[in-house]
Amino acid sequence: MAKPLLEALQRRFPTEVLQCHDFRGDETAIIRRDRIVEIFTWLRDCPDTDLNLLVDVTAVDYLAEGLSGSPSSVESESRRTSPNQHQPGKPWYQPPAPEPGATARFEVVYHLLSLARGWRLRVKVPLTEQDPLVDSLVPVYQSADWFEREAWDLYGIRFEGHPDLKRILLYEEFIGHPLRKDYPINRRQPLVPMKDPTA
Amino acid sequence: MSERREQGWVREEGADHVAPDFEPDLQGDLHTRHLTINLGPSHPAMHGTVQLKVEVDGETIVRSECNVGYLHRAFEKSCEASTWTQVFPYTDRLNYVSPLLNNIGYALAVEKLLGLSGRLPERAGYLRVILGEISRITDHQTCIAAQLMELGAMTPYFWLMEGREALWDLIEAMVGARMTTSWCRVGGLATDMPEGWDGELRHALDRCLGILDDVDALVKRNRIFIDRTRGIGAMSAAEAINRGWSGPLLRACGVPYDVRRSMPYLVYDRLDFEIPIGGSGDVYDRYLVRMEEMRQSDRIIRQALETLPQGPLCVDDPTVVLVAKSQAHGSIEGLINHFKIIMDGIQVPPGEVYSYTEAANGELGFYLVSSGAGRPWKCRCRPPCFPMVQSLPRMVQGLMIADVVPCFGSINMIGGECDR
Repeated sequence: MAKPLLEALQRRFPTEVLQCHDFRGDETAIIRRDRIVEIFTWLRDCPDTDLNLLVDVTAVDYLAEGLSGSPSSVESESRRTSPNQHQPGKPWYQPPAPEPGATARFEVVYHLLSLARGWRLRVKVPLTEQDPLVDSLVPVYQSADWFEREAWDLYGIRFEGHPDLKRILLYEEFIGHPLRKDYPINRRQPLVPMKDPTA
Repeated sequence: MSERREQGWVREEGADHVAPDFEPDLQGDLHTRHLTINLGPSHPAMHGTVQLKVEVDGETIVRSECNVGYLHRAFEKSCEASTWTQVFPYTDRLNYVSPLLNNIGYALAVEKLLGLSGRLPERAGYLRVILGEISRITDHQTCIAAQLMELGAMTPYFWLMEGREALWDLIEAMVGARMTTSWCRVGGLATDMPEGWDGELRHALDRCLGILDDVDALVKRNRIFIDRTRGIGAMSAAEAINRGWSGPLLRACGVPYDVRRSMPYLVYDRLDFEIPIGGSGDVYDRYLVRMEEMRQSDRIIRQALETLPQGPLCVDDPTVVLVAKSQAHGSIEGLINHFKIIMDGIQVPPGEVYSYTEAANGELGFYLVSSGAGRPWKCRCRPPCFPMVQSLPRMVQGLMIADVVPCFGSINMIGGECDR
């Protein structure tokens, strides 16, 4: 089967699409973050793509041995206890560089669906550890609202232009972003002091 | 007192009647203050732990905010620390009213990542469909029962619970548990059906169908029910799509989208069933859609029972499925295979897949990333009710506090799945 979606996207935004692949029938495009609002608006409105439903937004942390990471945020003891430990120097996957010379640590993953055509597309945006920031898609798809809050809550990805970017599944006083790979599964959180009800 | 006297409200001693020296405005609006009140997180009319902060003007909701997360249990983090097989018990606890549908959704996702799609034995596919549809019925029964009870209709609640019990007894007979099923395995199933089970299932389905008709007779044309649900929480199809809806709520808006039909998995393409849709997307239409879906599930189960083939339950691949106990105890190869799966986990090739199924509340997706190790690098569950709960403030805006109850009930928010 031809891949009309990926071809159309590459034709329209040749400089923005970093990579495309098709694994187990899931078509995936990896794009740069700069013009994503424009790209998603086009994917939604163009009759050739017609991807009118944003199914899911999430993120993946590809922190691994051998990937660069600032010492402050990377805890070596947690890596030793990580069940997903990999041999150093043999990365199984490295997200494409968002810009020349940079190393991506996160990927924000969007899943789109066309209700009329029945096809789906996965769009991924690689982000660096130092600057995990991407434009919010709430102006394009309302469904992005809570999904983006969840990605902020659990991964610390910031969504520029989100109307109310705050934690959703965890509580305000939670420290850190627990689905990052350098967050140990057994870490304890400090007790939250009693709030003053009169304040 | 003196102020009231000045305003002429208090009768002077000796005076017969003194009219107030101002004209009371009896026709105009009352000047009310906006008041913020909390519904939940533990509120008898909100089944599920969710907080709704509503700002009301009188009894009309001006603005509201929905807060979830009270049932967060770190589903994804726990999955990343487990082998692929050990994730199954966690999936039971996502939507705990239809745990089998979660089991099936996750098993299909791992099988897709393994490249096993289409290689599942026929009998396993049929049994997954049968048990999945039973779970869909129990889920809808629970949703409608709770919704009606919250609107004051206690009788249908007990009737529907009676039907649900009959189905859960059958699930227990087959799986060994009512809710914590963990029944699927990657590449197959844990257990086959016991002797005489299909006959009992047909009998239980007959009972459930009768109950559905009884409930319809009580509720469908009931003035109180119609007054409280018609036009309440209505959503246009375009907005529902933009808000990421799926499942019965999207179909109630008139969008005939059902994963079982548009992207058939298992053996749904061989079964004859219809996709009920609504028109206005209000709470009443959602009730009708759910009721009809149960009847369609019943049709699916009966067809699947008739054509259920004999054969193995699991794929024949000792690197994915545990070998028979006799082999594990009787041959060195069997023992090694058993040991490798238990200790190292199923070795899933590196890559990522998004696999989606039609769960009771809508599209249940699993986005899995494998690093090639025996444990998931990422195991994301796309919860079906999450976008609908997000839309609750939009649904109840301009309505009254009493309307929150049918709106929220029709979403069928399941904390375990929403908060993970």
